[in-house]
Amino acid sequence: MADKIATRDSFAKALVELGAENPNVIAMNADLSASTKTADFEKAYPERFINAGIAECNMLAMAAGMAHCGKTVFASSFCMFASGRAFEIIRNSIAHTNANVKLCASHGGLAVGEDGATHQSVEDVAIMRDIPNMVVLSPADDVSARKLIKACAAFEGPAYVRLGRAAAPVVYPEDMEFTIGKAVTVKEGNDVTIISTGCMLETCMKAAEQLAAEGIKARVLDMHTIKPIDADAIVAAAKETKGIVTVEDHSVIGGLGSAVAEVLCTQQPAKMQMVGIKDTYGESGKPDELYEKYGLTVKDVVAAAKAL
Amino acid sequence: MQIAELKNVAAQVRRDIVTAVYSAQSGHPGGSLSCADVLTALYFEIMNVDPKNPKDPARDRFVLSKGHATPALYSVLAERGFFPVEELTTFRKLGSRLQGHPNMETLPGIDMSTGSLGQGISAAVGMAIAGKLDNASYRVYSVLGDGELQEGLVWEAAMAAAHYKLDNLCAIVDNNGLQIDGPNDKVMKVNPIDEKFKAFGWNVLKADGHDMESVVNALNEAKTLTNGKPTVIVASTVKGKGVSFMENNAGWHGKAPNREQAEAALKELGGKL
Repeated sequence: MADKIATRDSFAKALVELGAENPNVIAMNADLSASTKTADFEKAYPERFINAGIAECNMLAMAAGMAHCGKTVFASSFCMFASGRAFEIIRNSIAHTNANVKLCASHGGLAVGEDGATHQSVEDVAIMRDIPNMVVLSPADDVSARKLIKACAAFEGPAYVRLGRAAAPVVYPEDMEFTIGKAVTVKEGNDVTIISTGCMLETCMKAAEQLAAEGIKARVLDMHTIKPIDADAIVAAAKETKGIVTVEDHSVIGGLGSAVAEVLCTQQPAKMQMVGIKDTYGESGKPDELYEKYGLTVKDVVAAAKAL
Repeated sequence: MQIAELKNVAAQVRRDIVTAVYSAQSGHPGGSLSCADVLTALYFEIMNVDPKNPKDPARDRFVLSKGHATPALYSVLAERGFFPVEELTTFRKLGSRLQGHPNMETLPGIDMSTGSLGQGISAAVGMAIAGKLDNASYRVYSVLGDGELQEGLVWEAAMAAAHYKLDNLCAIVDNNGLQIDGPNDKVMKVNPIDEKFKAFGWNVLKADGHDMESVVNALNEAKTLTNGKPTVIVASTVKGKGVSFMENNAGWHGKAPNREQAEAALKELGGKL
């Protein structure tokens, strides 16, 4: 069994490495440095760690100001407060000005669990994807998270990286390379396509195994970049397989499913099913229980694939 | 620059403001005229800026947190030589570099895009933190509206500025007492402004925002306050200052004069259309 590492821990590791590589890298937090793991950076580079206190809007407008004075700013909070509370600051002060701010937000989706609906962000991808200039990433495992965060640091401009709270299996070998905007074909197959994002990859792989046992060969794509989306991979999947299932721990309105549908309906119409949160709020519970109740399990993915 | 010369520049800036807003038939003359003297003092006497090198990393920074007063900022920048004065008549028109609110992506001299209230001062705090981290000598200035102080973000920024001991930051409140819906005191009381900033850990200075000597003295005094605290100058001003029928009238917050009104305004300001 592969190791399990939460992508918020991967972020912490990548950030400390970036801090060593570039003295202009700054880490910011809003009183959640233990949860979003920026505390590791604080230990290594205390002078370059800026805590905004419980003030996400101020953190992000300050981040814009710092970025425009030559800093590469990695700001962190929970997905809910980063993308939700601070939306307009992100839009006007960061994205509109092309500020070099990377917003790495953890605790995405129902996987947050016991904290309940107020902390379960199922809208953040939709919110961030809609902002011009914004790159939106949702890595699946430790290797891809670290490498994509490094890739973020390599370009000038804003990015939103959605990170998970829970430990996720390490899927990729350490020497695997990732390109922003280029999906990874995790499993080949020409019957149906399952497109996963973020922490849903393990579920999608298990679903593909079950489908294989029934003679259905599923292609599995890891769509780690939701914007710019890999339209070529989606169009190819639409041409070469019977249809596409999108799987996300996020609302089916505005997230991965919508992004894929936008490509399909304009470039290569195809049958499609969306597995995700159905326009509703979550609640307290264990992540597995929530996935069962809200339809994000292996059997839900299998059923969606068969319904194509 | 001598006080008399600064006054002359400010007078020209006021004429430019009226011309720009009249040309656009859109914009915010009231709050632009009220901060015209402060902005003139900053760009012609106080700040270290070079129109030939607008991105110089060593320059002082300015953030117009009350971004709607951009006719004042554009006029000052044009008079200072950042771009041609003739371009002021393109204000708010399609394809212009002079967007309705300051846009750093299009126009040289703009250090931060603003317009959404509260965000400018917060970004200015970030700039001042960056300056401290780099041991840079530049100072950061930001002009806020008094109505803008109703935004909670201003006070998040004020708290952070004191916490990070930003004595390289100077905020100026354009205290004209009016906002779109009427007097601050009637819409949402912001007074006492000085006591609020004091409680947040700032040095507080006062100035007559239309007395050039008072403005320059306050800005110079702020430079000397290197006591680990940010400084705010509460500048008493008059909305619409210089144009009698605009003065102290909230109706001129975001309205352009027609031809007759523009002619009358420019005549009062010693110019013509």
